[in-house]
Amino acid sequence: MPLFDQLYNFAHWLAQNPGEAEDLVQETYVKALKSFSSFQPNTNFRAWMYRILRNTFLTSRTGLKASSTVSLEDEEEGGLEIPASTGTPESIFIDRAHEHLLQGAIEQLPLHFREVLLLCDVEEMSYREISEALSVPIGTVMSRLSRARKALREILQQKTRG
Amino acid sequence: MADDYTTKLATYLDGELPPDEMKAVDAHVRTCPSCAADLLGQVQLKRALQSAGRRYTPSSEFRIRARRQIASRPKRSTWSAWLTAATVVAVLVIASLAAAYLGQRRLEREQTFSELADLHVAALASSNPVDVVSTDRHTVKPWFQGKLPFTFNLPDLQTSQFVLVGGRVTYLGQAPGAHLIFHIRKHQISVFIFQDRDLRVGLGSVPGARKRHSFEVDSWSQDGLRYFVIGDASAADIQDLAARLRAAESG
Repeated sequence: MPLFDQLYNFAHWLAQNPGEAEDLVQETYVKALKSFSSFQPNTNFRAWMYRILRNTFLTSRTGLKASSTVSLEDEEEGGLEIPASTGTPESIFIDRAHEHLLQGAIEQLPLHFREVLLLCDVEEMSYREISEALSVPIGTVMSRLSRARKALREILQQKTRG
Repeated sequence: MADDYTTKLATYLDGELPPDEMKAVDAHVRTCPSCAADLLGQVQLKRALQSAGRRYTPSSEFRIRARRQIASRPKRSTWSAWLTAATVVAVLVIASLAAAYLGQRRLEREQTFSELADLHVAALASSNPVDVVSTDRHTVKPWFQGKLPFTFNLPDLQTSQFVLVGGRVTYLGQAPGAHLIFHIRKHQISVFIFQDRDLRVGLGSVPGARKRHSFEVDSWSQDGLRYFVIGDASAADIQDLAARLRAAESG
């Protein structure tokens, strides 16, 4: 099935639970098959599938809880204050020996930061694809990405200090 | 460094700046050590994220269960709905096979280039980047004899700006190979040479220098050997060195 492994990985990162991730993926395919006629040819199939999965997650109990933790309005207005990084914690990843530390830092990110970072850096989606998958303007994708990367650096700094 | 420039560097790394701005940032990082260091940090974090983010894989039981469930859905529908759904499933299966094959090939290629970029960066970060130090090809080439199961030719660089710093034995996916470091102006370039048959990845040809992980890369296969030229020098310098290596091997 197309995108099966990628969708499962993304679902697991969103739900942070294997059982819920499986339900999400299964429901995504069922919904995709049902509404296949609404898929516009020449538009992005991958972004469409991720949008279905994400919308399914957001209406689940875990999704509702995660999305209510940080209000998106606060985020767009810069309400979530993240201190500017003062060092280069990236340098510790040169040998990829700290993968578990990085995975822990991704888990700690708020949902709207985690998803945009995963779509950009793991799924290697373009900003346009991400904007289609998340149903937000490209400008929002860029600002969320920038803030997500800052937040990640900050978490990593805290982890490496501790 | 200004915070907005850090963001601009990130957008540059994502390949999302307009072409003229890409060129401007490209030129800037070559002359600004602070931005170059920031960029290197961002490249490393991006690569680490790529690997760390591919954390979860579906179990084989779930894979089978999901396929069965989706395939069984049309049986409850009318004949025409069944036909539509069956067509969709067939299209999805064909698309998945093609996408999986192409995706796998692309992933393997990307992993190879990523590993080479790691080897390049790790060698430059090391206090002893080479095991045989020389600016003379006649010292470096014989040093590899008995250490590698193949031999290769090196170009005469006396008339060029390239300087051969030295070499070391390296490994890519357990395949032994030569790692040579060249210097041009203030840039270091790594040349990797492996036996084609040892590399499990079908790399095809990469005509001309390409940008990968912010490095310029050229790669080709010649006389059973696979060459990779990678560095932060300009595309023209990478291609120039690649052309000299090609000529040396065919000469």
